[in-house]
Amino acid sequence: MHIPDGFINAGTSAGAAVIAAGGVSVAVKKTSDYMEDKQVPLAGLTAAFVFAVQMLNFPVAAGTSGHLLGGALAAILVGPWAGALCVTVVLIVQAFFADGGITALGLNILDMSFITALGGYALFVGLRRVLPKQRWSIVIASGIAAGVSVVLSSLAFFVQFTVGGNVDLRLGSVLAAMVGVHTLVGVGEGVITAATVGLVLGVRPDLVYGARDLATRLELKPQVRTAGGLS
Amino acid sequence: MKHAPSTRLFLFAGLLLAFALALFVSPFADPNPDGLNRVALDEGFAQTETDHRLSDGPVADYAVSGVDNEWISKGLSGVIGMLATFALGLALFALVRKRREADPAQARGEVA
Repeated sequence: MHIPDGFINAGTSAGAAVIAAGGVSVAVKKTSDYMEDKQVPLAGLTAAFVFAVQMLNFPVAAGTSGHLLGGALAAILVGPWAGALCVTVVLIVQAFFADGGITALGLNILDMSFITALGGYALFVGLRRVLPKQRWSIVIASGIAAGVSVVLSSLAFFVQFTVGGNVDLRLGSVLAAMVGVHTLVGVGEGVITAATVGLVLGVRPDLVYGARDLATRLELKPQVRTAGGLS
Repeated sequence: MKHAPSTRLFLFAGLLLAFALALFVSPFADPNPDGLNRVALDEGFAQTETDHRLSDGPVADYAVSGVDNEWISKGLSGVIGMLATFALGLALFALVRKRREADPAQARGEVA
């Protein structure tokens, strides 16, 4: 999914970089509103985990592979804004691996970090509203939201390509191809995300940002007893 | 919750998992073009890709320069990237996190 340099013209790439920089500064502000000291290493781990799993391309069709984007996963684990920052860190490191272009970094930050983290998290919250308040619904919602977030990401690329593509092509055909293949990649994204969220929920449900409501419900009584007032 | 592992143990296990995936599993990843690159080839915009400015870098294309065995080279590059991401993430989130020390200072400022 990483956009290399050259696919999108310089002007559009620069515009995307400006929007991405604005997005990062908003994400920094929003994250500083809620991130506690003890969550810092967990956010670092989330970024490192996404880097590792992004390397694991899986086959999706003949001669085509896909890999985790991880924005939805990171958002569910550490919150949408911190999640977007996690994938942004991954993309910056990957630029040193020549994975994703340098001028295309802003485009990639928008498509792979912000669209997947914010879009994926919004879907996750929406799905949780219609699903029962159970642990398994968090796993299901994670998988579906993550899968759809990949398609959203491919749509974001299509918009960028429409605005700043360097060749004149039949856009309808590009759109169909992008959505088609990324629906398949989304299935993999959904399975990996659901499995990871399920694993963390199984060992430390209190560490899943998207499941805070369940954790509070379980811990409410002892907390009220020990706190004895506002901290 | 019965016998939940400590946060420290959780972190250690998580890093160990990421380490193992990067080192041992990444060399087995599907080498075929990913979704976007496949579309670029099929639809006819793959040729617009330009050379990456860091394509001669020490870890370009997930290969550590100087390590000839491509499996070891890829696994090693994965570990380097994973650790670099962890370090950069820690640094960023340590800077970004909610600062409790700032509150008393602010309160004192307001009082004065």
